[in-house]
Amino acid sequence: MSASATAGNLPVPKAKVGSMEKQRRMALWASYIALTFFVIIFLIPPFYMIITSLKTSAEISAQAGNPWIVQNPTFDNYWELMTNAAFQRYFINSVWVTAVTVTLSMTIAILAAFSLSRMGFKGSQVLSTGVFLTYLVPPSLLFIPLFQILGWLGLINSTWALVLLFPTLAVPFCTWIMIGYFSSIPKELDEAALIDGASYPQILIQIFIPVALPGIIAATIFAFTVAWGAFLYPLAYLYSADQATLTVGIVRELIKGDVFAWGMIMAACAMAAAPPIIIYTFLMDYYIAGLTAGATKG
Amino acid sequence: MANVSIRKVVKAYEGDVQAVKGIDLEIIDHEFVVLVGPSGCGKSTTLRMIAGLEEITAGEIWIGGDVVNDVPPRDRDIAMVFQNYALYPHMSVFDNMAFGLKLRKFPKEEIKRRVDEAATMLDIQMLLDRKPKALSGGQRQRVAMGRAVVRNPKVFLFDEPLSNLDAKLRVQMRTEIKKLHQLVPTTTVYVTHDQIEAMTLADRVVVMNHGVIEQVGAPQELYHHPATRFVAGFIGSPAMNFLPCQVIDDGGLKVQLADGTKMAIPAARVDRYGPYKGKKMTLGIRPEHMTETHDSEKPGVQIMNAKVDVVEPMGMETLVHHFVDGVAVCSRIDPNVQTGPGEILPLAIDMNNMHLIEDATNRVV
Repeated sequence: MSASATAGNLPVPKAKVGSMEKQRRMALWASYIALTFFVIIFLIPPFYMIITSLKTSAEISAQAGNPWIVQNPTFDNYWELMTNAAFQRYFINSVWVTAVTVTLSMTIAILAAFSLSRMGFKGSQVLSTGVFLTYLVPPSLLFIPLFQILGWLGLINSTWALVLLFPTLAVPFCTWIMIGYFSSIPKELDEAALIDGASYPQILIQIFIPVALPGIIAATIFAFTVAWGAFLYPLAYLYSADQATLTVGIVRELIKGDVFAWGMIMAACAMAAAPPIIIYTFLMDYYIAGLTAGATKG
Repeated sequence: MANVSIRKVVKAYEGDVQAVKGIDLEIIDHEFVVLVGPSGCGKSTTLRMIAGLEEITAGEIWIGGDVVNDVPPRDRDIAMVFQNYALYPHMSVFDNMAFGLKLRKFPKEEIKRRVDEAATMLDIQMLLDRKPKALSGGQRQRVAMGRAVVRNPKVFLFDEPLSNLDAKLRVQMRTEIKKLHQLVPTTTVYVTHDQIEAMTLADRVVVMNHGVIEQVGAPQELYHHPATRFVAGFIGSPAMNFLPCQVIDDGGLKVQLADGTKMAIPAARVDRYGPYKGKKMTLGIRPEHMTETHDSEKPGVQIMNAKVDVVEPMGMETLVHHFVDGVAVCSRIDPNVQTGPGEILPLAIDMNNMHLIEDATNRVV
């Protein structure tokens, strides 16, 4: 009673009609301006890449004219690359390394995450933390010691080196995403399956994998990106043309000394960027659902 | 169908925390036993040990004549219904119910026959193609029960299956579970913290507290003859009233409350309560035995004036809260009796239904 009496004596500020609406509109405008700015910044390079890939070498080197507009669009750069045996080889190498990396990483990550999050054995907590800690070591710090290990294994200048190395980069993060996702699945679900008569492998295959599909897709996309976009390790460990992947092959094949075949470089980049873009576009919803499930569960 | 026998079972966690402290319980074939108690009393742990989801620290659990301590859940021939239903979200209702049978390699026709039969029994035939997310809470719980029924197990285990449902649906599903047990009289162990659920469903109720069994008995037996202060207070809603008192001999055996009020002990109980003369005791009296005064002529009924604090009309009855010697007390009176806060209401206390609890042991004497 006394509190309300005191409050009654104070001057009550007059509510501003529509102030909430105004604030909301301003926040919205600010968001649009900021987002538009960043979208432009991020889209300029791919836009420039695509228009350059559609130009002839003469048009690219011409001083006159607007460099943001294609005068005589041509697919010659693309055609030339597609019919180039070396480029085909790089593409196949990238596909092979990526496919094996994704398969290997996801198999290890799913099995590890299932056992770490569900089987509750002694030391599972310490191991979970350990797995995540390995993700924090920058890959660029490791390439010299790894070179020695690969040399000892006789895998220098072999795509097998990448098949062995990329999972070491992808598995920790994929396992971490999967632990988060599996932890969000109620414990009663595996208990119900146990009572229904399922073994642990059956629980994993018949219950966990279908239920955790968004998480698996998110982790798969990550593993794919690690292998497909890697530049440092292929550059360091592969030196012959028949073993190179796309990222390194583009540089090796299309930059000769100080001569840059810009049209073809850009066309090769566009083609190399296509698979991840296509995958992200179709699986974006799953990707976000998978990442957020892992994130919120902590 | 089988007997379940729990012998000296202990469950201890790291750091020597004992969730279950050496309990013994014999559950006979076809019986519906409800484990009830407050949170942390060990009821769910006991159920999970029967299911094989928790390891047993000491003691033995027998199902159908075999010790199952080291038998994995899938080989115990039990089925369990969980609080949050635990339906497989990516499978249809049919596949959810058929999952256990498929894993046990039942022929397809047999699976279909059993699922259809259970679905008809639970009235979910029209839902067989749906996914769990397209079902209401009650329907999900039926599917969870269906998944248990199709297996035709030796024992059904229910872990607070109605806790996630709203009040109305809970009452409805309670009846469904009882009906189901009448149709399929499989030995059932049911865990709940809701004593009304326990009373309405059980053949026998097991009241647990702090990891021990306080009392086992038929619902009416627990209600009318509680063995301990805990059971007396836990069973019954609103709870039994407890008033500190002393047994005195004042020209006849009486209980004397702290404020000096004396109430005669009925003749039939004099021999039983005589030995407790002079000891610190607690008088236990249920709200329905402290009611309006129309029964005051009955032998053993005492009149007490109560200053009404709060009135709660419930429709079929009215609850009146008041204080006796500083202790909050609830009385259950006829809804037609007009009273309000601050008014003096004469109450008839039926001492024929009194309970006397020894403070030193907390046992009802």
